[in-house]
Amino acid sequence: MLEVSAITQIFGGVTALDSVSFSIKKGDITGVIGPNGAGKTTLFNIISGIYQQSAGTVLLEGKDVTGLPPEKLARLAMVRTFQNIELFGAMTVLENVMVGMHTKSSSGLLACALKMPWTISEERRIRNGAIKWLEFTGIIDLADHTAGSLPFGKGRLLEIARALAVEPRIILMDEPAAGLNSQETLGLAQLIKRIRDLGITVVLVEHDMELVMDICDRIVVLNLGKKLMEGTPREIQESPEVIAAYLGDDD
Amino acid sequence: MKKDLLLFTVFSIFIMLAPQLFSGGYLMNVLVFVGINTMLAIALNLLLGYAGQISLGHAGFFGLGAYLSGILTTTYSLNPWIAMPAAAIAVGFLAGIIGFPILKLKGHYLAMATLGLGIIIFIVFNETIELTGGPSGLPGIPNLELAGIIFDSDVKNYYLIWGFTLAVMLFSLNLSNSRIGRSLRAIHDSEVAAQVLGVNARLLKVQIFALSAVISSLAGSLYAHTMTFVSPASFGFNFSIELLTMVVIGGLGSIYGSFLGATLLTLLPEFLRAAHDYDIIIYGGLLMLMVMYMPGGLVRGIPVLFRKIVKKKGES
Repeated sequence: MLEVSAITQIFGGVTALDSVSFSIKKGDITGVIGPNGAGKTTLFNIISGIYQQSAGTVLLEGKDVTGLPPEKLARLAMVRTFQNIELFGAMTVLENVMVGMHTKSSSGLLACALKMPWTISEERRIRNGAIKWLEFTGIIDLADHTAGSLPFGKGRLLEIARALAVEPRIILMDEPAAGLNSQETLGLAQLIKRIRDLGITVVLVEHDMELVMDICDRIVVLNLGKKLMEGTPREIQESPEVIAAYLGDDD
Repeated sequence: MKKDLLLFTVFSIFIMLAPQLFSGGYLMNVLVFVGINTMLAIALNLLLGYAGQISLGHAGFFGLGAYLSGILTTTYSLNPWIAMPAAAIAVGFLAGIIGFPILKLKGHYLAMATLGLGIIIFIVFNETIELTGGPSGLPGIPNLELAGIIFDSDVKNYYLIWGFTLAVMLFSLNLSNSRIGRSLRAIHDSEVAAQVLGVNARLLKVQIFALSAVISSLAGSLYAHTMTFVSPASFGFNFSIELLTMVVIGGLGSIYGSFLGATLLTLLPEFLRAAHDYDIIIYGGLLMLMVMYMPGGLVRGIPVLFRKIVKKKGES
């Protein structure tokens, strides 16, 4: 599904990522973990086309997508969410998700301004699609609220609903549980499993180990910009190297 | 959606009946300017209020439309109905070419770049004397003519200008409630999130910049053909700031707000005749007060104020 090979990122003199390679299987939930500063978010920013890496390639479904901008990746059915949720705060919850339908609609600027007949039926299709994803994430009752007024946990669900509206085959989530209470985290775990059940490949960066161990099929561990190891949750939990990286070595 | 259409219909009827209510030559002349300024404020609002991209050079696009129309119809004796769209297309094209590099800039840098653009256009009007007549202006621009009616009086011009203004309003209202309008607002709130969802932010910003320039150019052409005379003084930096003030005072991201802002700032100088040289101070003061106490602009602030007053009355 997604193959990352020899990704290296150098900021000034600092090597944030040093030749990181791994591949993600279709239909899996994969967790990327590691202590602060391991390079997880940098890796996500590279895969999702926000940063340009210094070296290395990214293959999406066998296709070289290295250096493609995020809007092109969305059309190739890859989408991401952000650690500090990036909502369209002045717009309603429904409108936020409707923006997610952008690649599934095509009316241009002039057609919209002149309200050509086909834009009206397309608008209806966009609205219905957005409603479907609000129902899926369980926030349909908030449809008419302003996104900026939502509590953080609901905002997180909205961001996920909006990403799903793109109808991705792979979704990257940057710390989806950050800022959620334990109740909300449980709901999130269920939601992520339901997203996987739709056939969508999920990759998440996460600090909440309980969540990662509970839902992930595979885990990639980063430390100081390098891949430390890769394996099932069980293998990771039992690895002395991982424990050392998190707790610090005695030596 | 139905409510929007009803509001627009009521508004249009009000505009069309207004000359019956406020007859009197001079006021009609001012209301013609309200129409032109409403078009300009909407044009800038599409860019600033929706897409969140500032321009301090919009008077330049307004001037380009006016001068291109003026030059094509005087020097080259073209029919005004051909000169107007020709000017609009040329200005839109120019804005598209300039937009690609400068819309990569954000915030203050974009403000500086558009400010520079406006100043350059202003200098061109002043210096290319053989083309524009320089500081003394370009006289003898013909009035528009349609089916034997020559638009040479204030009342006729009122209907001409407001016909165009209402069309621009409807066009912009449609746009703001569409997938493109939503994508523009999305870029405003979080450009990176919009891109991740598949919105080509860079292209869309250039498109809206060009559209905004086209509407400004159209307003400029109409201005030239109703005034029959243009000079650089109308298209300077001050006017760009005045347009910005209209948009902010009226309400960012509201088409009717642009109408309110344009109306207030066009009528205000008429009431402030006595304080002539201080009008720029009054504008500045108004802008500061609005940003502090009514950041949503008149269109959102007035209903809030109204509710407060009603509530106070209810209590006493």
